[in-house]
Amino acid sequence: MHELPIVESILNIVLKHAQQNNAKKVVSISLKIGEMSDLIDEWVQRYFDYLSKGTIAEGAKLKIEKVPVVLKCEACGSSFQVDIRKDENIKCTQCNGDKVTLVSGREFHISSMEVM
Amino acid sequence: MGEIKVIELKEEILSDNKNFAEELRTRLKASKTFMLNLMASPGAGKTSLVLNTIRELRDEFMIGVIEGDIASVVDSEKVMKEGIPVVQLKTGGFCHLDAYMIDKALSELDVKNLDLIIIENVGNLVCPAEFDTGAIKNAMILSVPEGDDKPLKYPLMFSICDVLVVNKVDFLDYSDFDMHEMKERVKSLNPEITIIDVSCKTGFNIGKWAQWLKDEIDLFQQEDALKV
Repeated sequence: MHELPIVESILNIVLKHAQQNNAKKVVSISLKIGEMSDLIDEWVQRYFDYLSKGTIAEGAKLKIEKVPVVLKCEACGSSFQVDIRKDENIKCTQCNGDKVTLVSGREFHISSMEVM
Repeated sequence: MGEIKVIELKEEILSDNKNFAEELRTRLKASKTFMLNLMASPGAGKTSLVLNTIRELRDEFMIGVIEGDIASVVDSEKVMKEGIPVVQLKTGGFCHLDAYMIDKALSELDVKNLDLIIIENVGNLVCPAEFDTGAIKNAMILSVPEGDDKPLKYPLMFSICDVLVVNKVDFLDYSDFDMHEMKERVKSLNPEITIIDVSCKTGFNIGKWAQWLKDEIDLFQQEDALKV
């Protein structure tokens, strides 16, 4: 459900940049979304199609790149990837340490767009 | 047709809300008003905890409440009975509150004369985690009947909160809820988080929770005094 205001925000940013670049049409938009987010790709495109009707971004394809959750062990400094919703134990793969910090997985931005 | 041109950008999708939330925090600091964003699933005990908190802290602090609800006003009526100023935000189907909605609610409260504003966010563990409300601290409630697997299903929520209140611990005897396992999981998602077990029904540890909140408010108000 929170996809709707998020998509509205995406559309506003895209239209702003399209205008600044004198674009006639937006072809595609690339998003980087961390795995920590619960955003559902399918709804993002559907809401986008709905909200962008009548704008130069109508018909644009959203390309969503999911960024994996990567943690860094505070004890030994090594980084490792986890499946945040499946892995039972979040422990360092090198030293078994359980004090970790998030390196990636919280991304929530537009990385590029193709325009004509 | 013209040629396709690639525009490289790195723009945060929710930057508008984030920036506006920062603005709200600056305003709250100026008026020394501590705002707590309380999140949980429906039925976890948000309203019960709000009522308990009011009873514990009303002698020390001037309190106001912002109730976020999809359509009803039952929660705000309960708070109003306590004689506490309350603003009801009907989100009309929206699943979360954002900084702009909170700003609207704040304009209806006498903010400069309040020490503590509690936001009771919409009952939901997904969407509220994505939207900064401008609160000074984020709290969530997990109740025992919901199960110990919630940190696995909603990692973002657990990772953004400063404190986790585990409510309905009086139900532990009737469930296979693994408290140790759950806490380990939460700590690995968020090593800095404070976890407090309570029962709003029996009153167990409500004093401990109120003390945590009181300490945070005192610290916040002192920090502000030091800067001025």
